[in-house]
Amino acid sequence: MPEVVEARSIDAIDRAIIDRLQGDFPICEQPYAVAAAALGIEENELLARLQRLLETRVLTRFGPMFQVERMGGAFVLAAMRVPEADWDRVVSTVNALPEVAHNYRREGEKSSDFNMWFVLATELRDGIERTVKRIEEACGLPVYAFPKIREYFVEMKLRVRR
Amino acid sequence: MSAAVAADDELDRRLVMATQSGLPLVPRPYHQLGEQLGIPADEVMRRFRRMLDSGVIRRIGAVPNHYAIGYTANGMSVWDVPDERVDELGGRIGALDFVSHCYHRPRNPPAWPYNLFAMTHGSSRQEVLDKVARIAALLGADCRASDVLFSTKILKKTGLRIGG
Repeated sequence: MPEVVEARSIDAIDRAIIDRLQGDFPICEQPYAVAAAALGIEENELLARLQRLLETRVLTRFGPMFQVERMGGAFVLAAMRVPEADWDRVVSTVNALPEVAHNYRREGEKSSDFNMWFVLATELRDGIERTVKRIEEACGLPVYAFPKIREYFVEMKLRVRR
Repeated sequence: MSAAVAADDELDRRLVMATQSGLPLVPRPYHQLGEQLGIPADEVMRRFRRMLDSGVIRRIGAVPNHYAIGYTANGMSVWDVPDERVDELGGRIGALDFVSHCYHRPRNPPAWPYNLFAMTHGSSRQEVLDKVARIAALLGADCRASDVLFSTKILKKTGLRIGG
């Protein structure tokens, strides 16, 4: 994967920061000082390390993770079957839309040929349908929306593997 | 929507916009946000706590790039299970410690027969496939068809962005 970042510089303290600060960041006057104390380091060291982990893209963000549905918006997974010859054009068309929050190429182990999977995030619920139509018109391909019917579990907390 | 509610929501919305790319990396981040938005820091903190309680904020903390921390194989496993069993099975699969997301989503036959989605991650495709095999074992005869879609390229990753 070309996006892999050189994580060469992750040391034990970085690892502890990543593993232990994926949630429960305090809401108080000096939250970094509180979090740093729990990790056994100084506030300024935590701030400097977070800065560096963000700059080297080991972290994609540090802050609140919002659930847009709880604010009246919508967050919907959608997929397309894109012919290889059309791939680049469709990627740029889809990625150009601000409503597209993530977009991944995926390849099925077995028979699935849905190769482009993206998440549409809109501030209003009816924005999804409009965005789906716009993508279909711009790309000339059908878009399959997979709105969640029920969420059984979501917790993206992964421990550092190196 | 009454004007009061709108104004109240508007302040939350401005807080979301101010922090969707991250919390300020300064000793007093909530104070800085208060100054930025022209409200007291206590009000910022109260609103953050409220948004956490109501689920508008799932959590506050570090969001690792999972490739950078060693998870180079990311598989979306998808399953066709009987609709009347999906809630029970989804609950059991979601409870597995290696599943990060688990959802019931609509089928779209014939192109897409699957109604249960579970994300798994690992350092290799084989590790992910082993985890997927454990899900298959748990589903047993309730699994009528399945597939695993591995992500092979991140085409875009900006996360939530509201308000231009």
